[in-house]
Amino acid sequence: MNNEELKTKITELLPGATFDETGEWLNINVEPADWLSLAVKLRNDDLLFFDYLFCLTCIDWKTHLTMVYHLSSTKYRHNIVIKSKLDVAKPEIESVSHIWKTAIFHEREVYEMFGVDFLNHPDLRLLILPDGWEGKNPMRKDFEDPVNMIKL
Amino acid sequence: MSEISNNSESFQAPSSGGGGGKDFPGQIHETPGGGIVLSKLDDVINWARSNSLWPLTFATSCCGIEYMAVAGAKYDFSRFGFEVARASPRQADVIIIAGTIVNKMGPVLKRLYDQMGDPKYVIAMGACAISGGPFFYNTYSVVKGADHIIPVDVYVAGCPPRPEALLHALISLQEKIKAGMTREQIKSGI
Repeated sequence: MNNEELKTKITELLPGATFDETGEWLNINVEPADWLSLAVKLRNDDLLFFDYLFCLTCIDWKTHLTMVYHLSSTKYRHNIVIKSKLDVAKPEIESVSHIWKTAIFHEREVYEMFGVDFLNHPDLRLLILPDGWEGKNPMRKDFEDPVNMIKL
Repeated sequence: MSEISNNSESFQAPSSGGGGGKDFPGQIHETPGGGIVLSKLDDVINWARSNSLWPLTFATSCCGIEYMAVAGAKYDFSRFGFEVARASPRQADVIIIAGTIVNKMGPVLKRLYDQMGDPKYVIAMGACAISGGPFFYNTYSVVKGADHIIPVDVYVAGCPPRPEALLHALISLQEKIKAGMTREQIKSGI
């Protein structure tokens, strides 16, 4: 499917979705509450068949966080990007780790780096950071390590 | 070659081939039918050690690529006595810290250094190993200089250094060992 067909198809699945077509891939903005139900459809729909979550990350915009999911279909070779705004004070979103297993690690990394709480994640704990780092999220813009930071 | 060793009867210092080697540390005392070498045992040992330094296979970042280039056929540190890189610290004489040392890698680096047999020498290759380099400011995970963890004998500037720069550092290390000026030699009084 090309971007226009994907847009039509996803509008059927989620009428409230908004789109950004400035890039190579179709960007879809969804509310965190709508994400899980849409994700299941994206994965299981015969014409979409997004079976590969190839990137899962987060952006700190200071005013809010944005979750970013890159999906690909190994069958149809089409790609989309899903973006979802989170509240910076209480960032939480449903885990997609039972749909795409790779998200187990990716969500753990976003959890430790940005402090996003993934609801219903099977094993949400630190991935790379050493024990005792809970609560300090080094990829947040306002993060300051009292020991290691040297300011310019 | 010193003038005394031009005599065909006298001791010929083995040439290390590439300019890294210096003359054998000692004097030839001529006697009928041959000669006697006069030297200090420490100097002879340091001379021997400096010409057979086997580095540890250890690289943590892009400097490792330059390190591999120096080990390869084009630059070839075997010419200077760095014959082969050893995969075990037990068999290595010198550790070249080629890359960024992060907080999690710190204990591993210390352990590798401790596992190396004496005498052992350390080269800090590139900006990261010297000071943290590009990761000096505003980072939570990078050690700001490998010398916070283990003592360093030779620092090589660059990001990453040219292969020639690493060769120069290796030869500088040999000169330091021959002069008895590495940190370990000074500490142990050899």
